[in-house]
Amino acid sequence: MDKTFDSSLAAIHDIRNGATIMTGGFGLCGIPENLIRALLEKGVRDLTIVSNNIGSSDLKQGGAYGVALLFRNRQVRKFIGSFPGPVARLDWFLDMYEKKEVEVEIMPQGTLNERIRLAVAGLGGVYTPVGAGTLLAEGKEARVIDGKEYLLELPLKADFALVKAHTGDRMGNLVYRRTARNYNAVMAGAAAVTVAEVEHLVEPGAIDPDQVHTPGIFVQRVVKGELYERRV
Amino acid sequence: MKRGCSKEQMAWRAAQEIRDGMYVNMGIGLPNLIPEYLSGRDVVIHSENGLLGMGPLAAAGTEDPDVVNAAKQAVVISPGGAVSSQADSFVMIRGGHLDMTFLGAFQVSEQGDIANWHVPGSRIPGVGGAMDLVCGTKKVVALMTHTSKEGEIKVVKQCTYPLTGRKCVNLVITDLAVIRVAPEGLVLEEVAPGWTPSEVQAVTEPTLLISPCLREMGGPA
Repeated sequence: MDKTFDSSLAAIHDIRNGATIMTGGFGLCGIPENLIRALLEKGVRDLTIVSNNIGSSDLKQGGAYGVALLFRNRQVRKFIGSFPGPVARLDWFLDMYEKKEVEVEIMPQGTLNERIRLAVAGLGGVYTPVGAGTLLAEGKEARVIDGKEYLLELPLKADFALVKAHTGDRMGNLVYRRTARNYNAVMAGAAAVTVAEVEHLVEPGAIDPDQVHTPGIFVQRVVKGELYERRV
Repeated sequence: MKRGCSKEQMAWRAAQEIRDGMYVNMGIGLPNLIPEYLSGRDVVIHSENGLLGMGPLAAAGTEDPDVVNAAKQAVVISPGGAVSSQADSFVMIRGGHLDMTFLGAFQVSEQGDIANWHVPGSRIPGVGGAMDLVCGTKKVVALMTHTSKEGEIKVVKQCTYPLTGRKCVNLVITDLAVIRVAPEGLVLEEVAPGWTPSEVQAVTEPTLLISPCLREMGGPA
């Protein structure tokens, strides 16, 4: 079984306007930077991006990086995540937000990753105590279990999940490195198509089965990333 | 105007709450100073992006882009450190496996409610892991200035800012006082050097109960 594609652009060839896309990473740590670059090049629009942050901003490095580039390029109509972060305070972002060109939906970080996990696991919902009694509970079903209030949270699915791993084999088995595991290990499998970009592409058998973090069944496509800036 | 404890003194005081063998999470901002006062202690620091056993910031030139903390700064992993996915990291938080968390706050109420994520009027809020941390951690410590820069009272009867969590704060450490949240109300346990309980009460909305063991806040040697 060989799931490799020749280029990042080829690996996302069928992403269309209006798609919902999950992108792994936390801040700039472990983001699928080559697949994001390919989305910029492809120019698809009206995307919904599911990500913890809106990339990150560093004025010394051009103001934005990661998925923030897709927002700045006006390719995104909705952000679903937990902490929009410093990019959401930049003038160009606020301008888009005030003009209702981009929508922002936030939820607690643990809720975000449990909702994604529900989609991977084929479950219909989960009750979490997090957020009960707060603004973020509005519109959610509440239920008291053992005297404590919980909120019903529903699965969060995507058309594509773009993840980044340190090493991957042609069958899609993935190994992450250090804290770059973050959302990558959660999002793999939460979409109709999961695309994994890897720093190191190896042959099946090269990864010790005991060391696989994401088994290949959750990954449909693998591509060796063309260029890694690996910004902090 | 009379001054209270410095940020360093507050961080030192916060560090005194931590016992050897604990797993602890520090929020962004003031709580980030606490590890300075934990050297030689047997404590494991959790960073919610998926790192258990967080060490100090990485020295310039040695940053590893794959090793960051919740504030996205490059850090070092302590010996015995372990990495996990986001899901497992929040299982640790929500599941009650962390012993203590220190968070900044805009307001803390008499009942132990905390507001620390969203000031009304700020255009795009972000919540991050704050609601998870206050909900799941065994002991929640709010570490904040006693009043805002504008002089607004922050220890209040009812929070007016959007809540992060209800009835979850156990202890409040400010530049003026250490206040315990008890079923009978807020108990003033310590006051900053040079401050009297009535001076602290004057900048606190709910009536403070005075601890029979009331003492002065200490500081680093």
